[in-house]
Amino acid sequence: MLKLEEIDAYYGDLQALWGISMQVNEGELVALVGPNGAGKTTTLRVITGLLKPASGSIHFHDHHLGKEPAHKIVELGISQVPEGGRIFTGMSVLENLELGAFLPKARVNKDESLKWVYSIFPRLEERMEQRAGTLSGGERQMLAIGRALMSKPKLLLLDEPSFGLAPILVEHIFEMITEINKQGVTVLLVEQNIRAALELADRAYVIENGRVVGQGVHEDLLSFESVRSAYLG
Amino acid sequence: MLAALAQGLVFGILVGALYGLAAVGLSLVFGVTKFLNVAHGELLMFGGYASFWLFTLLDVDPFASIPLCILFLLLIGLLLYKVLFSRMVKLPTEDKIRNTLLVGFGVGLILQNVALRLWTADDRGITPDYAGVAFTVLGVRFPIVRVASLVIAFVFLFALQLFLRRTYTGKAIRATVEDWEAATLMGINVHRVYLLAFVMGAALAGVAGTLVAVGYSVEPAMGMHWTLKGLIVMVMGGVGSITGTLVGGLILGVAESATAILISGNYRQVVGLVIFILVLLVRPQGLLGTKEG
Repeated sequence: MLKLEEIDAYYGDLQALWGISMQVNEGELVALVGPNGAGKTTTLRVITGLLKPASGSIHFHDHHLGKEPAHKIVELGISQVPEGGRIFTGMSVLENLELGAFLPKARVNKDESLKWVYSIFPRLEERMEQRAGTLSGGERQMLAIGRALMSKPKLLLLDEPSFGLAPILVEHIFEMITEINKQGVTVLLVEQNIRAALELADRAYVIENGRVVGQGVHEDLLSFESVRSAYLG
Repeated sequence: MLAALAQGLVFGILVGALYGLAAVGLSLVFGVTKFLNVAHGELLMFGGYASFWLFTLLDVDPFASIPLCILFLLLIGLLLYKVLFSRMVKLPTEDKIRNTLLVGFGVGLILQNVALRLWTADDRGITPDYAGVAFTVLGVRFPIVRVASLVIAFVFLFALQLFLRRTYTGKAIRATVEDWEAATLMGINVHRVYLLAFVMGAALAGVAGTLVAVGYSVEPAMGMHWTLKGLIVMVMGGVGSITGTLVGGLILGVAESATAILISGNYRQVVGLVIFILVLLVRPQGLLGTKEG
């Protein structure tokens, strides 16, 4: 479904990704794990078009993504929950969700999508009229995920959904992610919470210093320093 | 004294509504694009001259000329954006403000000289038959063109508010103001939003210019003066708050006329700058603005 081949990417003169290759198949929940600053977020930015790769190719179904502007990539069915959620704090919960269905195709099914999102996160329906800035950390993350689902994406990219949340909330959010995946949305999950992510995912890629250093199911990955320290530390 | 104050209050409110309208355009553009378009005052001036020409050459009523002025300024805005400002879209915010400031000054100078060439340095006003008509309530004069201008300013601000709150496009604009990257991830083409905000800002300047030309007068050097008022009011109101900007405009108008009456007309311009500094010191987010997060 999604295939990255030999991606190099730079921030200015600084190379952040070195020949990243990875693949996500339809229906899978794939984790991308690694230490802070390894290039996980950068990889997502390259997929969603916020950062253009210097070389390499990205394919989503039959589409070549490398040169498409970011807003076009959303149209193809890729939706990202950015790090920290980045909800629109000055707007209401409902307005945030409506913006998730901004694209004409998504707008037609807005009411249906709203029902779907509310069925996954009933809390959002209760808070509908509230200003998003007044939500708690967990609710913000729910809103960020709900907003990304409003476009009925085929592929959902999640960047550190557990970041800054209490353990009980992390567990809840991860359960919801599994549920969303079960309902047919393919998920690529970026996590620093390596242990939880590996338990959740079908497969995982380990990324260090901008390179993919390993892949497999979680037993295969225990030889990696960053993975081992997550279990032992 | 009391009568003079009451009259000053009314005149202050009447001009303040125009300050608000001028500032809302500037604020919309700045909030969305982070362009500090200091040629906003010159755009306003062009709106004024456009209705002046329509009135003197074609006998079009100034209030009826508003739609044409909007169209005219939309085109100027489109041209400026496509030729100049779109080149600065991708710069980091700080550079964007600096570069647009410079480009804005340049554009302002050019527009000033074009105006000088086309309309000379004289003050020009629009004087339809009803220009001098006023009604009096409790000894306070209300010139009808200025009252009508206030109503029109309110209508435009209200319509803008509705547009930003209720329509999908308006919500996309507000989302872009808050976080353009997150907006992009919603599938919003932020470059289109920038263009839209820029031309809307120009159109609002056009409306304000028409109202200034009919209630007061226009001349080629007025631009900087109005940009400055716009900046003061924008900071007072808080970027992105239309209600705040309107209130800020009214306060500036009233403060100016109160100063003129109580202290001296010479201090009229100073009071705005004093308020500007005070707001920055005490409430940098603006009178009705909210803090981040």
